[in-house]
Amino acid sequence: MRARATCLPLEVEGLRFAAGGAEILRGLDFTLDAGAPTLILGPNGAGKSVLLRLLHGLLSPTGGAVRWALPEAEVRRRQAMVFQRPVMLRRSVLANALYPLRLAGMPQPKEAAREALARVGLAALAERPARALSGGEQQRLALARAWALAPEVLFLDEPTASLDPAATRQVEEIVAAIAASGTKVVMTTHDLGQARRLAGEVLLLLHGTLHARGPAKAFFDSPPTEQAAAFLRGDLVW
Amino acid sequence: MNDLGMAFATAFGLIVGGDAALWHIIGLSLRVSLSAVAVAALVGLPLGAVLAVMRFPGRRAVVVALNALMGLPPVVAGLVIYLLLSRSGPLGSFGLLFTPAAMVIAQAVLIAPILAALAREALSGLWEEYRDQLRSFGAGPARAVPTLIWDGRFALFTVLLAGFGRAAAEVGAVMVVGGNIEGFTRVMTTAIALETSKGDLPLALALGLVLMGIVLAVNALAQALREIAARQGA
Repeated sequence: MRARATCLPLEVEGLRFAAGGAEILRGLDFTLDAGAPTLILGPNGAGKSVLLRLLHGLLSPTGGAVRWALPEAEVRRRQAMVFQRPVMLRRSVLANALYPLRLAGMPQPKEAAREALARVGLAALAERPARALSGGEQQRLALARAWALAPEVLFLDEPTASLDPAATRQVEEIVAAIAASGTKVVMTTHDLGQARRLAGEVLLLLHGTLHARGPAKAFFDSPPTEQAAAFLRGDLVW
Repeated sequence: MNDLGMAFATAFGLIVGGDAALWHIIGLSLRVSLSAVAVAALVGLPLGAVLAVMRFPGRRAVVVALNALMGLPPVVAGLVIYLLLSRSGPLGSFGLLFTPAAMVIAQAVLIAPILAALAREALSGLWEEYRDQLRSFGAGPARAVPTLIWDGRFALFTVLLAGFGRAAAEVGAVMVVGGNIEGFTRVMTTAIALETSKGDLPLALALGLVLMGIVLAVNALAQALREIAARQGA
């Protein structure tokens, strides 16, 4: 689809992470390919957020490796991340969308930023201070800001965790549109219904290990293990 | 008691009557202190932002030194600048001693550490919030520092006002390097000190009232800015 080299597949090998004496990830091995969204599931404390930060490069592994198909310097511009609590620069909505575009040296950043705002339905709020937006609008702005960069891979860390149902649905629609535009979405969530709606494949983390992985439909219809089934039922998983 | 009452009356007369000498002194005070804030800001704000953003060996030592310099006695700063600018000093050839320029330098040296330390404090919280996002955007320290300064502009403006208040109220350093020369380097604080010791209380009191008025106005402005910033969700 794109006439350029791709940074996928992403190979993760023996990935470990420890902080303050606690092992958070205990050796993960998997490969991420281009395609439908990958949803990372697991109970609180399983290491989902840490995994996303390691993949995105915000944290450095204490063991193992995260290997992209391209050199690291080229990968930085080809991936983006949206956080659970969107970080709004103390500027206008438009200036927020512009900031990473200017940083990346995109041609015609103003047009690209306005277009990105229009795609998430924020065009009318372009001149408002970003921090005056509602929680849902802020998250849509964060998505627009990341989407405008046309990343090959987009990491989303529980993007709807603090949103009401209507705002959640809007965010899900945007995420689906981003995935449909050819960006590989890698996302964590606590919302199993949302995982069913968005996932192409599922990774289930338990206790810092990759417990199960598979295509979404098969994973939800017939969970591969007893613990996976218990997790999907909402039982405590130990 | 009666003296004080008469002094007040005369002081109001001087202010309202637009006494030329009085207004010259006030004008010079404002020019010197505003220039000093501008010069100190050029150094202090970026330094504060760098200290908020970057982790490097010796950073803690710099922070401790800045905090210590915040308490630098003005006369000591004045003495050091005096030695540097005096005819036989290393910068003597510029002939700056006993000029308003020397007073600007002295006040800038005094408040630059204050601006840097306050800016670092004001921007640290913002950096906590922005760090991951800016790194995710691929912004290195060279981009993060101007971003923080711009996005922290409301907080930094109150930092500048604090610096201005300190500079305008300072007497020791400008006395030493300016010499309190009438009509040339005499500012409000040095004039108050001199007129009080001479016993010309009305002029000293008039200047004191104006100085307090300025400090009050500066603080009101700072408060108004904080409220505007809060309304904008900044």
